[in-house]
Amino acid sequence: MLRLEVRPQPSRGWGYASPLLALAITVVIGVVLFAVLGKDPVRGLQVFFWEPIKSTYALSELMVKATPLLIIALGLAVCFRSNVWNIGAEGQYILGAIFAAGVALTADQSTGPWIVPAVLAAGVVGGMVWAGIVALLRDRFNANEILVSLMLVYVAIQVLNFLVYGPWKDPQGYNFPQTKTFEAVTQIPRLMDGSRVNIGLLLAFAGVAAVWVFLFRTYAGYAQLVGGLAPAAARYAGFSSRRALWTALLVSGGAAGLAGGLEVAGPIGQLTPYVPAGYGFAAIIVAFVGRLHPVGIVFSAILMSMFYIGGELAQSRMGLPKSITGVFQGLLLFALLACDTLIAYRLVWKK
Amino acid sequence: MTHRLQLSGITKRYPGVVANSDVSLTVLPGSVHAVLGENGAGKSTLMKIIYGSVKPDEGTVAFNGKTVHIRNPQEARALGISMVFQHFSLFDTLTVAENVWLGLDKALTLPEVSASITAKATEYGLDIDPSRPVHTLSVGEMQRVEIIRALLTRPQLLILDEPTSVLTPQAVEKLFVVLRLLAAQGCSILYISHKLHEIRELCDACTVLRGGQVTGVCDPRQESNASLSRLMIGAEPPALDVRELHAGAPVLEVSGLTLASDDPFGTHLADVALTVRAGEVVGIAGVSGNGQSELLYCLSGEDTRAPAQSIRMDGNDVSRLSPGKRRPLGLHFVPEERLGRGAVPTLSLAHNLLLSRDDALGAGGWIKVGALRKQAAEVIARYNVKANGPDAAAKSLSGGNLQKFIVGREIEAKPRLLIVSQPTWGVDVGASAQIRGEILALRDAGCAVLVVSEELDELFEISDRLHVIAKGRLSPSLDRQDATIERMGEWMSGLWDYPENNKKETAHAAA
Repeated sequence: MLRLEVRPQPSRGWGYASPLLALAITVVIGVVLFAVLGKDPVRGLQVFFWEPIKSTYALSELMVKATPLLIIALGLAVCFRSNVWNIGAEGQYILGAIFAAGVALTADQSTGPWIVPAVLAAGVVGGMVWAGIVALLRDRFNANEILVSLMLVYVAIQVLNFLVYGPWKDPQGYNFPQTKTFEAVTQIPRLMDGSRVNIGLLLAFAGVAAVWVFLFRTYAGYAQLVGGLAPAAARYAGFSSRRALWTALLVSGGAAGLAGGLEVAGPIGQLTPYVPAGYGFAAIIVAFVGRLHPVGIVFSAILMSMFYIGGELAQSRMGLPKSITGVFQGLLLFALLACDTLIAYRLVWKK
Repeated sequence: MTHRLQLSGITKRYPGVVANSDVSLTVLPGSVHAVLGENGAGKSTLMKIIYGSVKPDEGTVAFNGKTVHIRNPQEARALGISMVFQHFSLFDTLTVAENVWLGLDKALTLPEVSASITAKATEYGLDIDPSRPVHTLSVGEMQRVEIIRALLTRPQLLILDEPTSVLTPQAVEKLFVVLRLLAAQGCSILYISHKLHEIRELCDACTVLRGGQVTGVCDPRQESNASLSRLMIGAEPPALDVRELHAGAPVLEVSGLTLASDDPFGTHLADVALTVRAGEVVGIAGVSGNGQSELLYCLSGEDTRAPAQSIRMDGNDVSRLSPGKRRPLGLHFVPEERLGRGAVPTLSLAHNLLLSRDDALGAGGWIKVGALRKQAAEVIARYNVKANGPDAAAKSLSGGNLQKFIVGREIEAKPRLLIVSQPTWGVDVGASAQIRGEILALRDAGCAVLVVSEELDELFEISDRLHVIAKGRLSPSLDRQDATIERMGEWMSGLWDYPENNKKETAHAAA
């Protein structure tokens, strides 16, 4: 009979191998799933794992999707490591998009290129404001941040709908619920011609370095970590739990807001009811699959965006529902959680 | 006569360590049998094997002459084996009565269980309210619940793992009366302890373990402390130096410290006053749950609600300062809970230095990892910490080694005032002696030291003056030579306001 036995020390090797094994399990179950649905499994895997990386253009699209996931997940990593459970990044992303759109809509023919930093800064502020509400309610009234942040997502969607169906609706838009297309000058600068990848990708990589340095090389980041790992030790050391709460929420809210600003002034170019694409929720999985480590998150963000693109391709080319994306995301998370058992335990064969 | 319990050739291996190697043990009916050994000697594993929560790799267990395979604690209890663990197995969110109910015959109703708890509690003088949730209990009170729970099952064999560490001397005496009564009624008792004099007083047989093996079986009544400790650690613990008191200027002055606890079942502090001077060790005795943790929270700065001017260091008011602000003034603190408060379990020893030390921090709070690891390696070397280098996670260390590391971390900061709570709780004899020695060396170097402990022996050994805390009030100070076990025990019940005591108090105030 197979048994689990506690390892004397957590295995380093399995720390790295567990995500790979989880991916393998996801692939195997995916193959079974395609077969059961009567589709060619090889074709299915091709759509998910080969099509998104087979050409330069495909790769650039992969990066376009990965950028917001990466930025949001970096913020969430700081937040979750501080033991603050902000699961409302989607709402902060929407508010970031709204604030950024508000600034972008003020632009006209005479506006200079300074508008781009202003748009992004507005996005950050928008996300921070929305996350700040969570922090305030938790701080003042000890309200549960999980519930508050989640509920605020739905409030954010209603705010967005109000604006695009109401005051911000494009007068020349044939009554479609959307703002006018932003002036070209507000467009986030692209990195190269012929692809939609913009400087957001550079910001994301700068974010990876910044989060790594903050968490592992600064005293302030250490205080955040200790607050998450052992609250009594943080109190003993004299680290303020209120400060940790505000830092965690403002960082993750700001990151989500930045992603919203980049998205609305980048690939989308206007504010529509379709801005919320689930990035805020998917980033939670990205953050955990990446082990809340900035470098790990780079890989998990790329993987998750493969699922996004693969899901869309599966819809158009294989006639599968788009929700297959969610199935793959969920499979991966479950497989990872199961495989992580092997870090602290080992399998032994006993009679 | 049939043996109540007979273990033969018990071996248990864990990955990387052999906890028990060919251990044999025989307990007669009505015998109080001691199991003596340092931390890590394998006592707890052996007890868990008897209690069915761990399965031995080799060897047999016979109960009342019949070989048994105890697969789980339920079966052990059905046989008549009860155990009081050193690490409590209580659910925090349930009440005392509900916790006890979990381990009992389900035929009883909760009110019946509550009634029987109250009855047992009164019978043995273990004061406890069955309706209180366990998370509001102090460590000592949790142990009372465990003892009552074990007694309620009317065991034939009762296993007690370090049961007296949190009891007053009078309560220990009472417990011994109970245990002797139980033994006289035919119940066998396995008594695990570090305290040699208790074993010699109570037990009629003793098995000594060292490194997972039996190193001796003896009648403790025929042995001396020295001969027992030789069996246990292979050598006698180093003696501590005794010296004259050279107390200097007051470093810590506490007066009028009154504070309502924010926990509904916590202890309110009432007008606590004490002074600790440079170059002296002041001890605070008392049964846990009498305000020690609340007082320490105020002194360390983890609780900043103390009234203004109630806590002063070198004459400056620090009552509202956070721990981070008090540390630069020279206040360092070793808390009772090592894992989770004194150290972060999953972080390396090096990173755990940063909790209270900022030597390896550069401009803007930059962590110099190289300097930090070097500093940790120095503490590890200087304080004899057995650890796998500066990168070892705090939770990978044994209790005693982690305590040595934490004490070393605070002492190396060259404090003006060191506050230590339970310096040697769960720490083996060798490490205890080392830690006490370090505390005394620090005192000799002119540091003011405040020690809070439930172990009177320890306080008598290292303190120059003693206070007793009871129900949130602090007794007047007593010089060590005036402190007797009887008197301390009386004071632990809060009885220091009698006229004869008042006389002494006035004398001390005048002195």
